Amino acid sequence: MLEINNINVHFGVIHALKDVSLTVNEGEIVTLLGANGAGKTTTLRTASGLKKPTDGNILLNGKDITQTSAQERVKMGISHVPEGRRVFPAMTVLENLELGAYLRRDRAEINKDLKMVYDRFPILYDRKKQSAGTLSGGEQQMLAIGRALMSRPKILFLDEPSMGLAPLLVQEIFSIIKDINETGTTILLVEQNASMALQIAHRAYVLETGSIVLSGTGSELMQSEDIRKAYLGG
Amino acid sequence: MVKGLKELLSLRKWFLLLFTFVIVQFLVQINVINDYLQATIATICINIILAVSLNLITGFTGQFSLGHAGFMSIGAYTCAIILLRVPSTGGFLAGLLSGAVLAALVGFLVGLPTLRLRGDYLAIATLGMSEIIRIIFLNLEITNGAAGLSGIPRFTNWFYLFVFMAGTILLISNFLRSSHGRACISVREDEIAAEAMGINATRYKVTAFTIGAFCAGIAGALYAGYFYFLKPSTFGFLKSIDILVIVVLGGMGSLSGSVLAAILLALISTFLQDFPDLRMVLYSLMLIIIMIFRPQGLMGSKELSLKMLTGLGRNLLPSRKGGE
Ligand SMILES: Nc1ncnc2c1ncn2[C@@H]1O[C@H](COP(=O)(O)OP(=O)(O)OP(=O)(O)O)[C@@H](O)[C@H]1O
Ligand SMILES: [Mg+2]
Repeated sequence: MLEINNINVHFGVIHALKDVSLTVNEGEIVTLLGANGAGKTTTLRTASGLKKPTDGNILLNGKDITQTSAQERVKMGISHVPEGRRVFPAMTVLENLELGAYLRRDRAEINKDLKMVYDRFPILYDRKKQSAGTLSGGEQQMLAIGRALMSRPKILFLDEPSMGLAPLLVQEIFSIIKDINETGTTILLVEQNASMALQIAHRAYVLETGSIVLSGTGSELMQSEDIRKAYLGG
Repeated sequence: MVKGLKELLSLRKWFLLLFTFVIVQFLVQINVINDYLQATIATICINIILAVSLNLITGFTGQFSLGHAGFMSIGAYTCAIILLRVPSTGGFLAGLLSGAVLAALVGFLVGLPTLRLRGDYLAIATLGMSEIIRIIFLNLEITNGAAGLSGIPRFTNWFYLFVFMAGTILLISNFLRSSHGRACISVREDEIAAEAMGINATRYKVTAFTIGAFCAGIAGALYAGYFYFLKPSTFGFLKSIDILVIVVLGGMGSLSGSVLAAILLALISTFLQDFPDLRMVLYSLMLIIIMIFRPQGLMGSKELSLKMLTGLGRNLLPSRKGGE
């Protein structure tokens, strides 16, 4: 479904991504692991069109989208939950969700999806008139995910959804991600929490200072000696 | 049912506007409102147009601009130059329209490159732009340099002031209520998240900037058509600050706040006319006091509504409060 071929990304003189290639097939959960500064966020931002690569190309369902704007990519079915949640703090929960459907005009279907999001996250329904800035960290993460679902994505990018959440909430977020995937959304998940991510992922890639150094199925990587040492604490 | 009620309310808004217009028009006609008061009213209307349009840029879209006086001066000079050659209502309206369009064009052209900048950088860039515009007017022959233009025939009257003020408020409030308005606010709230939702942040910033410049151009033209006289120093840095003060005082993100603040500041300064020595000191002191007690501005980001007024009434009347 998503194919990234040999992309290089620079920030001035910093060479953030070096010949990165990865594939996400329809229906999969693929996770991208790596230490701080490895280039995980940059990979997602490049795939969703927020950052342009210096070279290489990106295909969505076989179509080259390397030059396509972020707006067009949202219309084509990519949705991105950015790192650090980034809800619109002064807006209400409902307004945040509505903005997720900003590019859509099908009012009736939008309302259906709104109901779907509320069913998935009942707490958001209870808080719908509350401004998003006053939600707890976990609630904000749910809102960020719910907002991304409002564009009815075919593929969802999640950038460290478990960041800063209590263990119980991390469990919950991961089971929600698994559930979203099971109802038909392909997922590319960036995580620092390798053990949790590998448990739900079909396949995984490991990024190290801008290059992919390892890839395989979730269980393969879980067995891998290198991974155990570097990310799973022995 | 609810829809009918809403329509009735907006009908009431129109009545209120019409009512204000007729009353002031009547008072002007029977000479209750003297020249001085008329000039104050003109200033208020012009400031409301300026503040409401700057609020769109700074309060709602979150782009800190210090260049509003520059756009105003483009409208003012364009209208004055045309009026001096074609002193008729037609000339005035043509001048006003071309002034506004020219200001919008400059806003668009300046906005495209500068709106990539953020916060204080953008403020400095817009400040620089408005200084460049001022220096151009200072050196052009057609604007008569530092001496400025004088003897501009007066065509701005209460009718035009009112129509363009109401027009600006309606234009901007309708824009904000549309999905475009939501997009502008989301850009203020979090530009990266807005982009991730498929909102073209640059496009909305430039749009807000262009609409704001257009309205500032109108305000400038009304100014030129009222005060007989223009010189570049009128549109310096301090004028932009004055407008920003109205916006901040009224509340970033509240149109009715801008309207209230423009009126309030005009009243304060009229009142302070009687103390010429202390005028600026008292004025600044009042601003400081207001900002200490209402750091979010008079209205915050809320709009004045009937509900709020009745709520206020209830709070002020202790007898009703006791009944709760
Ligand atoms: N806007 C930017 N300007 C300059 N350098 C940047 C920018 N964004 C990222 N970088 C650099 O690119 C590299 C990769 O950063 P990136 O944010 O993709 O890492 P990450 O894997 O997401 O890290 P983390 O786990 O800490 O979020 C880092 O060296 C970073 O300093
Ligand atoms: Mg990151």
